[in-house]
Amino acid sequence: MYRAHVLVCGGTGCTSSHSPEIIDALNEELKAKGLENEVQVVRTGCFGLCSNGPIMIVYPEGCFYSQVKVEDVPEIVEEHLLKGRIVKRLLYSETLTQEEIKPLNQTNFYKKQRRVALRNCGVIDPENIEEYIAVDGYQALAKCLTELTPEDVIKIVSDSGLRGRGGGGFPTGRKWSFTAANKADQKYVVCNADEGDPGAFMDRSVLEGDPHCIIEAMAICGYATGATEGYVYVRAEYPIAVKRLEKAIEDAKAYGLLGKNIFDSGFDFDLHVRLGAGAFVCGEETALMTSIEGNRGEPRPRPPYPAVSGLFAKPTTENNVETFANIPQIVLNGPEFFNTIGTETSKGTKVFALGGKINNTGLVEIPMGTTLREIVEDIGGGIPNGRKFKAAQTGGPSGGCIPEKFLDTPMDYDSLLKIGAMVGSGGLIIMDDTSCMVDIAKFFLKFTVDESCGKCTPCRVGTRRLLEILEKITDGKGTMEDLDTMEALCYYIKDNSLCGLGQTAPNPVLSSYRHFKEEYIAHVRDKKCPAGVCKNLVQITIDPEKCKGCSACSRKCPVGAISGKIKEPFVIDQSKCIKCGVCIETCRFDAISRK
Amino acid sequence: MKSVEELLAIKNKVKGQMNVRSENGEDNIRVLVGMATCGIAAGARPVLNALVEEVAKRNLSNVYIAQTGCIGVCQYEPIVEIVEPGKEKVTYCKMTPEKAIRVVTDHIVNGKPVAEYTIGAVAK
Repeated sequence: MYRAHVLVCGGTGCTSSHSPEIIDALNEELKAKGLENEVQVVRTGCFGLCSNGPIMIVYPEGCFYSQVKVEDVPEIVEEHLLKGRIVKRLLYSETLTQEEIKPLNQTNFYKKQRRVALRNCGVIDPENIEEYIAVDGYQALAKCLTELTPEDVIKIVSDSGLRGRGGGGFPTGRKWSFTAANKADQKYVVCNADEGDPGAFMDRSVLEGDPHCIIEAMAICGYATGATEGYVYVRAEYPIAVKRLEKAIEDAKAYGLLGKNIFDSGFDFDLHVRLGAGAFVCGEETALMTSIEGNRGEPRPRPPYPAVSGLFAKPTTENNVETFANIPQIVLNGPEFFNTIGTETSKGTKVFALGGKINNTGLVEIPMGTTLREIVEDIGGGIPNGRKFKAAQTGGPSGGCIPEKFLDTPMDYDSLLKIGAMVGSGGLIIMDDTSCMVDIAKFFLKFTVDESCGKCTPCRVGTRRLLEILEKITDGKGTMEDLDTMEALCYYIKDNSLCGLGQTAPNPVLSSYRHFKEEYIAHVRDKKCPAGVCKNLVQITIDPEKCKGCSACSRKCPVGAISGKIKEPFVIDQSKCIKCGVCIETCRFDAISRK
Repeated sequence: MKSVEELLAIKNKVKGQMNVRSENGEDNIRVLVGMATCGIAAGARPVLNALVEEVAKRNLSNVYIAQTGCIGVCQYEPIVEIVEPGKEKVTYCKMTPEKAIRVVTDHIVNGKPVAEYTIGAVAK
């Protein structure tokens, strides 16, 4: 029996900032002090506040230590674990108040969150099946197999109002009922964990922090739809998630929670893991199934839909990781538990990976309908360096941007569609006034051009031509006609592409053109980049009035473009300048500016 | 595993061990063990561990056990304080693991403070 538990984040973020070394040092130090039988060290999944990692929580006090270093470990063991004195200098600053230590769930970052899909992340040891069982794990499966009929299960999921969390937003219950209605000798359940959007890591965190809930949910889905086999398609770039998922499947088999005749109900369910080879298109459901079958990952036309002819041409239900993560809670607590959270048409919570120009980078789970302003200003802690919010990109390369005037838009499927953005899979990238919207659109388009599988022409050639127009604009060679061609081409690609990749690829261009038209026009007509990002449209110049001739900038310039005599104004050779901006940061007299 | 009962048995066994990780609720009974130098020297750690074991064995989820600093009467260490919501704090002194177990059974479970171990009785 352990009197204290030390939870250390073992998610990818904290792992890359040395949390495994911290765990080793903790175990060593505890042993040296003879505390190894009194204090338990647990490697958990992601806590969400990644910008403050590596994160450590010590119970029973619930102390939240942030940015812990290996060198801090002896002090934590000696002071806190041996003598009971909290190491205040390491506490997350917001939890340290005058009188007492504030609980984590009262901090701004966590206060407005509601954790359903992430409920066990950062709470349990993902590699210990018994800890998952202790937090009601596998009870939803037991309830389905022993008390409910498959129709009951589908009704519960339908009544909950859960919609697909991978981006499409299709009602999950209805999807399951389609597969259930088809008769076949074999049906499949597929979990889409091929999370490819740049900056998105919701699914990774669920798999890393709570792999058993996905296994349980897939078995429930199998029972409801009549499938006896499942596949999880995970990116090979997620080694920690893959390792934990494989261990979880092994343990579930050993405990009889996967395999033949589960809970003596006569229901069999088996699960396999397949690794993706890093193709974005494999996140599209038909391409993903083609890839599982062992073929090159290319989409196929729908219909037939997967519910009729999916994996190996059998009826298949495919859901995203986060969708599955909600299932055990819905089954266990009833549909009301879920459909009382959120808005009229978007029920429950949504996990967002908050990134970009924001103070609290990390993972947040909020009730649907929370406004973007609450996410940015309260949970996210605002924009760093006192800069101004410009836009937020949702849904990655398939989504759109939300400008400042829509900051009070509730984050739900329908409200976001109305303003030309989408909930998407949950990537949320915040941009400040130093970001150029044309450049951002170009960035996402470059990504889709690289990732287009090449099967259909509108996507393969269309996105390439679209990128060329954008490059022309950011190079300052665009014409007003180009803008019209660009818009027409966007709609053409959307309407004619075979799969979701091409159909959504022009979204970043269209939405930024819709909300930031004046910025596009500035690039074309005035040959100016208002944010000062597009290198061919800006010049860095030294103001001779302000320059003291100290030569600091010319010494820092990486290409030797700045010359002059000491104590006389220096000048930049525009033909050499690469616009890196080092000189601007170097100048102590504010004499250099980007125009 | 073939039955729901087996699943629940694992749940109940492990849940007790994980109680430590729940946030400290306001209506919890708080048990504070003096763990400053004086407390440790007088043998507070075996007392603390005995308390943790006993509380877990009895699956008392409403009990929060934590270390605290020097209470100020070092000659009576190891000291254990029990704070129940709405009641006056009870201070036990010169504790041993055996005494600690009795405090859990009599005081925490049955609500009868063990008068002879309290600082009032020992300090006479």
